[in-house]
Amino acid sequence: MAEEFVPVQTKVVTKPFLVLAALALTGLGLIAYRYVAGLGAVTNLSDGYPWGIWIAYDVLVGTALGCGGYAMAILVYVFNRWEYHPLVRSAVLTSVLGYTLAAVAIFIDIGRYWNGYKLFLPWQVNLSSVLVEVALCIGAYVVVLWIEFLPTLLEKHREHPKAAVWLRRLNHALPIIAAVGILLPTMHQSSLGTLMVIAGGKLSPLWQTSLLPLFFLLSALAMGFAVTAVESIASSYFFRRPYETPMLANLARVTAGVVAVYLVLRLADLLYRGAPVLSSGWLSAMFFLENLLYMVPLIFLVSPRAARNLRVLFLAGLALLLAGAVYRFNAFLVGFSPGPGWRYFPAVPEIAITLGLVSLELMAYLYFVKRYPVLPAQHG
Amino acid sequence: MAISRRSFLKLAAGAGLAAGASLAPAPVGARPPVPRLPEAVGILYDATLCIGCKACMSACKEFNGLPPEHTDPRAIWDDPLDLSPKTVNIVKLYTHGSGLAKDREVDGYAYIRRFCMHCVDPACTSACPVGALYKDARTGIVKYNPDVCIGCRYCQIACPYNIPKFQWDSPFPRIVKCQMCDHLQARGSFPACCRFCPTGASLFGEVRELLREARRRLALKEGEPTWFPLRRVDSGSHTYRAAPAYLPYIYGEKDGGGTQVLMLSSVPFAKLGLPALGEDSIASHSETVYHALYKGMLLPYLVLSGLVYLVYRNTTKKDLP
Repeated sequence: MAEEFVPVQTKVVTKPFLVLAALALTGLGLIAYRYVAGLGAVTNLSDGYPWGIWIAYDVLVGTALGCGGYAMAILVYVFNRWEYHPLVRSAVLTSVLGYTLAAVAIFIDIGRYWNGYKLFLPWQVNLSSVLVEVALCIGAYVVVLWIEFLPTLLEKHREHPKAAVWLRRLNHALPIIAAVGILLPTMHQSSLGTLMVIAGGKLSPLWQTSLLPLFFLLSALAMGFAVTAVESIASSYFFRRPYETPMLANLARVTAGVVAVYLVLRLADLLYRGAPVLSSGWLSAMFFLENLLYMVPLIFLVSPRAARNLRVLFLAGLALLLAGAVYRFNAFLVGFSPGPGWRYFPAVPEIAITLGLVSLELMAYLYFVKRYPVLPAQHG
Repeated sequence: MAISRRSFLKLAAGAGLAAGASLAPAPVGARPPVPRLPEAVGILYDATLCIGCKACMSACKEFNGLPPEHTDPRAIWDDPLDLSPKTVNIVKLYTHGSGLAKDREVDGYAYIRRFCMHCVDPACTSACPVGALYKDARTGIVKYNPDVCIGCRYCQIACPYNIPKFQWDSPFPRIVKCQMCDHLQARGSFPACCRFCPTGASLFGEVRELLREARRRLALKEGEPTWFPLRRVDSGSHTYRAAPAYLPYIYGEKDGGGTQVLMLSSVPFAKLGLPALGEDSIASHSETVYHALYKGMLLPYLVLSGLVYLVYRNTTKKDLP
């Protein structure tokens, strides 16, 4: 197994890397300004729209994009499909970065950050608050992900006697770590949906349902599979490595299954509640966009011939990522209306901070795949 | 391959259905409604008595240390457009058509006071992760403790009345809302808005007495001469006038699980900007969904045990292609 993963042997500091660095620096500067001048100075948030793109993108979409590690762990460890093991490491890397940055974004977003530690005091937390479950679970999962990523870091220094000892210890603890690493996202990805149940009538009936937790969980799984496929194809292309075609074709069928279950349940729920799917104006348009982005790739993924075409797989994967992102934006921002007179569109500095954080994430990804054994070794 | 696509789909669908069943709209473990506290205090606002003088607004600012607000920079008076971190109580105006007759829906106008409703089963206190918003165990007043607040603003997402306000322009922001002058009540006094209301439109008292008073008013015939208590329901001082044409509805008696602020009006409450909420609190609904999954952490624990078993089995018996 020693040669299963290898680093990509190229320079870390390239032109795209420097562009990302510039974006990251801009974002960091604006973050510093936010701590001096308050949230109103860098965002368009208001008392009507207290949550904006930092929650909808950085936390909701960011952690769902970070569900690659979760989705692959389910396939490998629960369904015993070890042929997918070569994809696990890069998936865990995207997860660890996505979740770490989501945690950072939450810390930038909360107004009274110096009280943040109170979320971790058992006598202080309110157990009826869905946000407690989300926060504790995401916090714990960030730690678990770094532990899951630790073997990658240690393998680089395997000559060191201590590293070898720790690698063996981690291997022993693997069943527990992997099980917790599957349980935690199941809990908080569904709870992220439950968060909006309490918004009641402020969230349009196209999205407001008691099944929000189930839809958030299933769509996070779909995004986890899609992001793994997209990442695998993209890294093969950019780093000029062979494509994992047969594995990706199988993965496509699994993804299609999850999306199909999601869509059937979503439709059944809308019919059962008699939601005004056609008569909600531009919300209806956003609803159809969201679901077309699910349906079109699904049609391609169930066709066995199309699923062996890498271009189709890549585009279908991207469409599914977009679908999950649009669903999350719809359920938290677009479909949310606190009443007449309130409006929200992110401010330029607000967007720049999100861009800065994403740039930081990409820089870290490039660094790790080029310096540590993350991507599968070339076979044959 | 240990698992075919069909069996994977079956499993996924089964898991989906199981989760769906546990989340069905009326599960067995629905969180029961919260009853009113026996000593709860509140405010009865009678829109038909309100003359829009805004004495309650200036008294509120004075006794809560809140600054005036200039929406129009040329204005030489306090002119907030809505509730804000500087304004936790506001008198708004409904108008229609010619706007000539007071308390008439068509071609009329009506005043409406907006401030925290002090819900019987508040969404904000259910949402708050650290108990910074909490309900006083005796009086039922919904209070704010800045010492634990993390500034996440989930209370603002949750509140159906959009009451909690956040200091967006401060690097050390707080949530600001009406706390029913609990600092005055602690000294044996009562809320400034009721104390300075000249017509008895805002009336302080125990909620059960306020409910009795509201029902008395609704039982009056239009035009019948009657009395209206001033400041407190038990103050003993009254004004006398003819009974208006009330809508036969006490807003807050049952709305959203009930509120400690009760309202009477001649104009439909929806026209005055109050939400139609149904009789169940949104907090009970949210907690029902949430507790269905997390009661006693039983479900997560079961799932974890199953996962540990599966992962252990599958790492010892790898099914390699």
